Amino acid sequence: MTPSTFLSFFLNGLTSAMTFFIIASGLTLIYGVLRILNLAHGSLFMLGAFFTYQLTQWLGNFWYALLFAPLICGVAGILMERIFLRPVYGVPIPFQLLLTFGLMLLIADIVRIFWGVAFRTATEPKVLSGTMNIFGVSYPRYNFFVIVMGVIVGIFIWLFLTKTRFGKMIRASSSDREVASGMGINVPWLYTSVFGIGAYLAGLSGVLAAPLRSIMLEMDVHTIVEAFAIVVIGGLGSIPGALIGSLLLGQLNSFGTLYIPRFEMAFMYVFMAIILLIRPKGLLGEEVS
Amino acid sequence: MNILEIRGLWKNFGKLSAVAGVDLDFREGEFTSIIGPNGAGKTTLFNLITGKLSPTSGTIMFNGKDITGLTPFQISRLRLSRIFQITNLFPDLTVYENIKVAILAKRKESLRMFTLTQNRSEADLETEKILEVIGLLDKKDSICGSLSHGDQRLVEIGVALATDPVLLLLDEPTGGMGPEETDRMVQFIRTLPERQKVTILLVEHDMSVVFSVSERIVVMHQGAIIADGRPEDIRRNEKVREAYLGE
Amino acid sequence: MLNRYLWFTGLIILIILAPLFLSNFLVVFLTEMLIMILFAISFNLLFGYTGLLSFGHAAFFSIGSYVTGLILLHIYPSIPLAFLIGVIAATLAACIIGYFCVRLDEIYFAMLTLAFGMMVHTIVWKWDRLTGGADGLVNIPRPPLNFLLFQVDLSSIASYYYFTLILVAISLYILWVIVNSHFGLALKAIRENSDRIQFVGINVRRYRLISFVISGFFCGLAGAIFGPFLKSITPSIAFWTKSAEPVFMSLLGGTKIFLAPAVGSVIFMYLKEIISGYTELWMIYLGAILIGFVLFLPGGIVGFLYEKLKGRRLGGIVG
Repeated sequence: MTPSTFLSFFLNGLTSAMTFFIIASGLTLIYGVLRILNLAHGSLFMLGAFFTYQLTQWLGNFWYALLFAPLICGVAGILMERIFLRPVYGVPIPFQLLLTFGLMLLIADIVRIFWGVAFRTATEPKVLSGTMNIFGVSYPRYNFFVIVMGVIVGIFIWLFLTKTRFGKMIRASSSDREVASGMGINVPWLYTSVFGIGAYLAGLSGVLAAPLRSIMLEMDVHTIVEAFAIVVIGGLGSIPGALIGSLLLGQLNSFGTLYIPRFEMAFMYVFMAIILLIRPKGLLGEEVS
Repeated sequence: MNILEIRGLWKNFGKLSAVAGVDLDFREGEFTSIIGPNGAGKTTLFNLITGKLSPTSGTIMFNGKDITGLTPFQISRLRLSRIFQITNLFPDLTVYENIKVAILAKRKESLRMFTLTQNRSEADLETEKILEVIGLLDKKDSICGSLSHGDQRLVEIGVALATDPVLLLLDEPTGGMGPEETDRMVQFIRTLPERQKVTILLVEHDMSVVFSVSERIVVMHQGAIIADGRPEDIRRNEKVREAYLGE
Repeated sequence: MLNRYLWFTGLIILIILAPLFLSNFLVVFLTEMLIMILFAISFNLLFGYTGLLSFGHAAFFSIGSYVTGLILLHIYPSIPLAFLIGVIAATLAACIIGYFCVRLDEIYFAMLTLAFGMMVHTIVWKWDRLTGGADGLVNIPRPPLNFLLFQVDLSSIASYYYFTLILVAISLYILWVIVNSHFGLALKAIRENSDRIQFVGINVRRYRLISFVISGFFCGLAGAIFGPFLKSITPSIAFWTKSAEPVFMSLLGGTKIFLAPAVGSVIFMYLKEIISGYTELWMIYLGAILIGFVLFLPGGIVGFLYEKLKGRRLGGIVG
């Protein structure tokens, strides 16, 4: 393998890693604070992608989609939390899963009502079409943009969690819930905001992924299980863990198609199983930090 | 003969030593209590003996057999049983089922997949015997979680007795009880060694209980033994007074 | 009491006579329902009775189904032989997967079963030279059963319905005995308090593994029946959403009463079938019903009725 093919495979892996990271960080953030495994998280990703298709159709401009689609998903998340999840915080996990599974079915059919079963595609903005040259490799500008966006989002999340008062509250309540309510944190409000942020991130990931793949029904069920794998590998509730999990999955997806075509996903699940067996709390423990 | 011999037992949690170099012998048939202020390491000691925790170092010999590092179920099969400080039962099963499952385990019949529990067998006779001992025969079909606190403590002891122990560790059996319930429990515990041929090790906060039932008292403080002797000696011991007053 | 037996007997007579007065379409539906009932109740041995939430039971269903289908298609067209090997394969898989999974608890157990389930799905989906890939297995035959003196033809849906009914009834009887046996009582105690039970001398891992394997065995059988029933199977029966079905059927019916998951399966399948008869958009209704159920009836439909009628508490559902 020449260095330049290696580099392009590596960049492909990095591109998908960044979309994975953005959705997984939302999922893990929600789990860390609310202790809810949201099966409808993949559905928010799918909504993000379909909104991107629709907004670029209507307004002819990807940037509006990037601005508005995640916001709509965030609002949808806030509504979901307020209406459906709030009553079930005390109930056993299987019921919460059943509820979010119900939401997943609901959203799938709403998408079907509006967009039908056909594949859709979204195009990247003109500025980002075509290729650019990185170390002698000509590489799609849009993919490079996604990588940069991933880095920016990562830095944003990190600054938000470590530097703002609200972020510190999130970290406190994710590492110790008793302490959180003892500190006088308004827990219902915190839960709603965290769910909203998580939903926003899922939507954002959907927007960024939209021009890279075909947009279709069933994105939800496939995406959610990949996101689960990442989050479990990194450690439930850990954002750096989500980053590591995403980078691993991204490269596995990319180089896997080269060396172990077709079975790369099986390796992902083997890896997930090994991590659970030797380090059930994942590579990076449990805290959001 | 010594039923339990503990040598150089340490348990560290990070920098903290919950049990710090304990050496103890317990004689068969001698009613011994372990007392000490909160956090003295009494429950940790019980957890080490019964295999819930494994020690940082040291050995535990039970009936001449090294049980250090065995799992709880292996230790239980050697007929060493315990109750827990916080009631720890099968809340949605009936009182009868709570006891019976322990009886079946002891009789090595709990793996039988094609023997219906509703068909009466010797296990049922044994279950009823235990229910009689704890005096809950009339409540046998109640759901355990719905019983009063005092009754649940009795079921807790019943489950422990069902495994037919030769050594029984009681962790605060009267905890959270009113004076009347406490009296009833003390009377009950007092009769146990004779009735069930069992040696008892008791951890208890209520000093009147401790001094009324014990033949020997061991005092722990910050993970170590600071006094060990007959009740009247302990009452006079300066170090013990300090430990308690200094709390 | 008498009344209850009357209802039960009536129901059984109805189930037995069903093919005589129902259309073929409905008999097909009933057969599938029986298969799903077996799937849900075997799953619930692990979930409701042992307290472990598996999110990967489609693995055993699909292994049972695929191996049976492959034998019938490519090796030898004999139902008993194919079923035997199919179920053995599913049971072996349950031994291996269970060996690892019972080391974990709660959500980590669920995630590990999910991982194994998705491994099986990837293999079924991508190993296309063996499994037909995304197209799956097609034209699985349904050869007659050969007894020494006579043959039973299974080609009509009515005869396959009876064949299914007999296998499911025997399986449910065995599962019922297990649940009400000494072993079953130990499982319930493990569900209630897996920590305490060790202090009466029970090796929790061992019991959980045995329960896991029995559960896998019967899920494999459900899968084996499913292949020749539908005559074609696709990788979707190994996907995680298939694993979710018995979870939700059990929750819908109630997890602490033996036959309650059957009621859950009937409701789940009925809703799916009825709603999809009226509209393409059945998921929106099913989703809404599931949500409404969690918000208003957590405890299961049968559990709810049982508590209303008997005034007896069944306690919380495992989690």
